[in-house]
Amino acid sequence: MNEIPLTHILFVSTALFFIGMYGLFTRRNIITMLMSIELMLNSVNINFVAFNKYLFPDKLDGLFFSLFIITIAAAEAAVAIAIIINLYRSHQSIDVDDATEMKF
Amino acid sequence: MNTSVIIFYAIASLILGAALLAVTTLKIFRSAIWLLFSLVGIAALYFWMQVEFIAAIQIVVYVGGIVVLIIFSIFLTQQSGKEMAKPATSKIIFSALAALLGTAFTFNLINHYGFNTISAQPFNTNVSEIGTQMLSTTSHGFILPFEVVSILLLAAMVGCIVIAMKPTAANIVHLNNKED
Repeated sequence: MNEIPLTHILFVSTALFFIGMYGLFTRRNIITMLMSIELMLNSVNINFVAFNKYLFPDKLDGLFFSLFIITIAAAEAAVAIAIIINLYRSHQSIDVDDATEMKF
Repeated sequence: MNTSVIIFYAIASLILGAALLAVTTLKIFRSAIWLLFSLVGIAALYFWMQVEFIAAIQIVVYVGGIVVLIIFSIFLTQQSGKEMAKPATSKIIFSALAALLGTAFTFNLINHYGFNTISAQPFNTNVSEIGTQMLSTTSHGFILPFEVVSILLLAAMVGCIVIAMKPTAANIVHLNNKED
């Protein structure tokens, strides 16, 4: 258990965050962009739990932060999917390149 | 090298490999399934860190809720067998470059910052402990964010229903007039 230093867990979450960022940059489909955002939120959660466990084991604040992040991510995904369904109804497509009416 | 270390690296490679496939595969349904594997891997990492409550929440909310929601919306809006258009090569190169530079920079920062880890104290994550602190009104309680987040969930639920509601007849006439 203690053989793995904190930095290795942070390496994993950093790599996960930048994989999510790569997906957000390359994808043009709203659903896959949403998936990338979920990956980034999860990497942040790993960080909170790891810092809580390794640096402040007498407190529980990191756990609460990740609990609230998970809750807000669920609400965000639900609203995003409602918007996606509405966008598909009006544009017959969910590519961000097809929804450019409000682009300046 | 003991079992715990091997398990950690196995979980880490599962998370990162599944995440990489989720953002690069061209079939959208496969992308959702790889995301599922990555989220299960993260839950396994929480189990490995012995925070069972967060791991259970991760499985219930992400794997049981969000991924199912995403798969539903894929079925509602796409032909799931069809391949998506490949992103432009220049975009792939620049995105990969940005991601690699960011990763290298952050790895460097983490590597040079000396964290003084406290491992002597046990990490107490009883569900009763979490519940008591979540609902306590003292200075370390989380009752206010708890209530605020419950209102947020209610607002999100009402908002989803309103946004995804089928337009009424009057709205349809209005939309048709606008298109003409």
